[in-house]
Amino acid sequence: MSGALREPWRSLRRQREAAAFGTWIFLGGEAMLFAGLILAFAVMRALHPAGFILAGRETEVALGTANTAILLTSSLTMAVAAEAARAELRRATLWGMGLTLALGAAFLAVKGFEWSSDLEKHLFPGDGFALAEPSAQIFFALYWIMTSLHAMHMLGGMTVVAWLGWQAWRRARPLRSPAFEAAALYWHLVDIVWIVLYPLLYLGGRAP
Amino acid sequence: MNHITPAIPAPDAIPHEEPSYLTAERGIGSWLLTTDHKRIALLYMAALTAFFFIGGAGAVAIRLELFTPKADVLTADGYNRMFTLHGTVMIWFFLVPSIPTTLGNFLIPLMVGARDLAFPRLNLLSWYLFIFAGAVLIYALVAGGVDTGWTFYTPFSTTFSNGYVLLAGLAIILAGFSSIATGVNFLATIHLLRAPGMGWFRLPLFAWAIYGTSLVMVLATPVLTAVLLLVIAERGFGLPVFDPSRGGDPLLFQHLFWFYSHPAVYIMILPSFGVISEIVTCFSRRNVFGYDFMVYAILWIAIAGFLVWGHHMFVSGQSIYASLAFSFLSFVIAVPSAIKVFNWTFTLYRGQITFEAPMLYAVGFIGLFTIGGLTGLFLASIPIDVHVSDTYYVVGHFHFIMVGGAVSAFYGGLSFWWPKITGRKYPMTWARFAAILMFFGFGFTFFPMFIMGYLGMPRRYQVYPEEFQVWHVMSSAGAVLLAGAYLLPMGYLAWSVFWGEKAEDDPWNATGLEWSTSSPPPRDNFRTPPEVDEGPYFYHPEGEGPGHDHGDPHRDQVRTP
Repeated sequence: MSGALREPWRSLRRQREAAAFGTWIFLGGEAMLFAGLILAFAVMRALHPAGFILAGRETEVALGTANTAILLTSSLTMAVAAEAARAELRRATLWGMGLTLALGAAFLAVKGFEWSSDLEKHLFPGDGFALAEPSAQIFFALYWIMTSLHAMHMLGGMTVVAWLGWQAWRRARPLRSPAFEAAALYWHLVDIVWIVLYPLLYLGGRAP
Repeated sequence: MNHITPAIPAPDAIPHEEPSYLTAERGIGSWLLTTDHKRIALLYMAALTAFFFIGGAGAVAIRLELFTPKADVLTADGYNRMFTLHGTVMIWFFLVPSIPTTLGNFLIPLMVGARDLAFPRLNLLSWYLFIFAGAVLIYALVAGGVDTGWTFYTPFSTTFSNGYVLLAGLAIILAGFSSIATGVNFLATIHLLRAPGMGWFRLPLFAWAIYGTSLVMVLATPVLTAVLLLVIAERGFGLPVFDPSRGGDPLLFQHLFWFYSHPAVYIMILPSFGVISEIVTCFSRRNVFGYDFMVYAILWIAIAGFLVWGHHMFVSGQSIYASLAFSFLSFVIAVPSAIKVFNWTFTLYRGQITFEAPMLYAVGFIGLFTIGGLTGLFLASIPIDVHVSDTYYVVGHFHFIMVGGAVSAFYGGLSFWWPKITGRKYPMTWARFAAILMFFGFGFTFFPMFIMGYLGMPRRYQVYPEEFQVWHVMSSAGAVLLAGAYLLPMGYLAWSVFWGEKAEDDPWNATGLEWSTSSPPPRDNFRTPPEVDEGPYFYHPEGEGPGHDHGDPHRDQVRTP
């Protein structure tokens, strides 16, 4: 079985190490991307505490919490899939990836309902915005930017998981390929970003 | 005593009947779908040449307009669009990718003794991303251009500008993806694909420089992506973040933008440090002075580069305490740069110097970079910066670093490794002439900017008082020489590909793994996987000066098992 080994590598162990290493470096970059946005959020929150507390109470906390649970579970199934692939357990790998995809789709579906409810409540910044406080618009500007960027990352991750799952299903990619672990690492990052976004966007301002 | 060993033919030298990477496959598809790092380097070279001409056209328009104090070539808006074109293209589509994607792509696997980069297909993908980004940018420029300057300052860029800011921002984000992919690839290659025996402190300084650059690329570029996304969201979707009339903070934009764009200066200049180190040591026949400190200086610059962004904002109204801290840190980061300049000088000291064309570029670099760096210290001092902020003094300073530094080093590196890349030699007299012409053309173009800047000539103005005309005429005249010096190598290098004399494997008697394989290298770089048991530089025995009676390396580096 040398199908997993690619140029320019001479050993699969080394190649696996490189895939993980490269992914970690890339995730460091991804962390900086969201860090820039979170910094912007922190600065704006410090400048306009009242508006941010007011606006924070308007987000759909039930849907956000449900999504947090869904996404954390999907990280579990993804971790199972990656470990199963490493151990060359085909059924467990396919099940894990299938569940991950389903949970990812569920997350996006819930997100979609949440966004449409936000739009109905006039929570998109601009004329006719629901809240009188001008800085509440800044909170929602960052809310829309960060949640949609996160959703785009979800879509990217789901594309990768679907592609790898399809290849594993058709036996076109050996399970020992390092790609499964790399995809799992990326999926966990998207999860971790959400773990930071959740308290910022849904829990702020809700303390009695 | 000097023990003279004749140069041993490199064990990897293969008979020239065996195909090189250039002849291994034929047809346009074998280039556009290649995963060979050497071919991708040439693809990048072609793309970068095109962008160099586009960015250069912007410079021509600017210098032509500034020849007289009145507006006579361009409208005011047209002038803004031209300097924006010049800045965006030259920074993101020429200087940032220049040395890493061409020389870096070609040389890193050769220098570490690998068959290819760690992720060859990602390497090709990053080229396509770059080309796509370039196409988007060119569309934005042709459709009407951008008038914000390359810095996209808010609220002008988000609210008032009439240009194609959204498309230009998108293009720069895409180019950033390409940059990040390249950086990840280099880091993984240098970490995990070094040949047996190639310890960290046996890496050539060029590889270290690319390592430092890649770190900055991967960690800084995403912040630019973030801030451009915020600009796009505000301009395209009306989501307020920076607009002060809706409670936003325009200074936040500057902080985030310069958090990338100051480290980006080091993305542009660090690779040059690597190139210059390789050239200086080879043509003075002397081992690099203070190799360890050169490495530490590269890492110091890469890390401290993240801590000085506020010196771009001394007149923005930021806290004076922040300004003091940023001023201090800007002096701190001058130290490793000075270490490098001193170490190059000490490498030259008592060396057996010959002035081949690459060496002329390198010596010119050291002088111009020193002036650029010292004027940077003036700008890091708050009282002087307040006086010369947004004047031609600043323009002069960063062109000394970017053009006198990075572009000189690019041309120097190209002429140094050209025989390895193409297997051909170019006419040395022409090359020497071009290198000297570049130095003088550069001086005439950019030195007057310090004087007129100090006297108060603001940057980005098309119309100016007549007292400045003498300096602008000098600068525009110098730019003609400089353009000639840039075009000449394109001519004789192209000539050499067809009619140049065949190059030996190691035409400069240089040391380092890349010189131990054939010129041009075979598809897999080395016929037998190299093993390394020495550092990269061995022009003379340890603890002795260079031999003044011979120019050969004192011992061969590669031993085949």
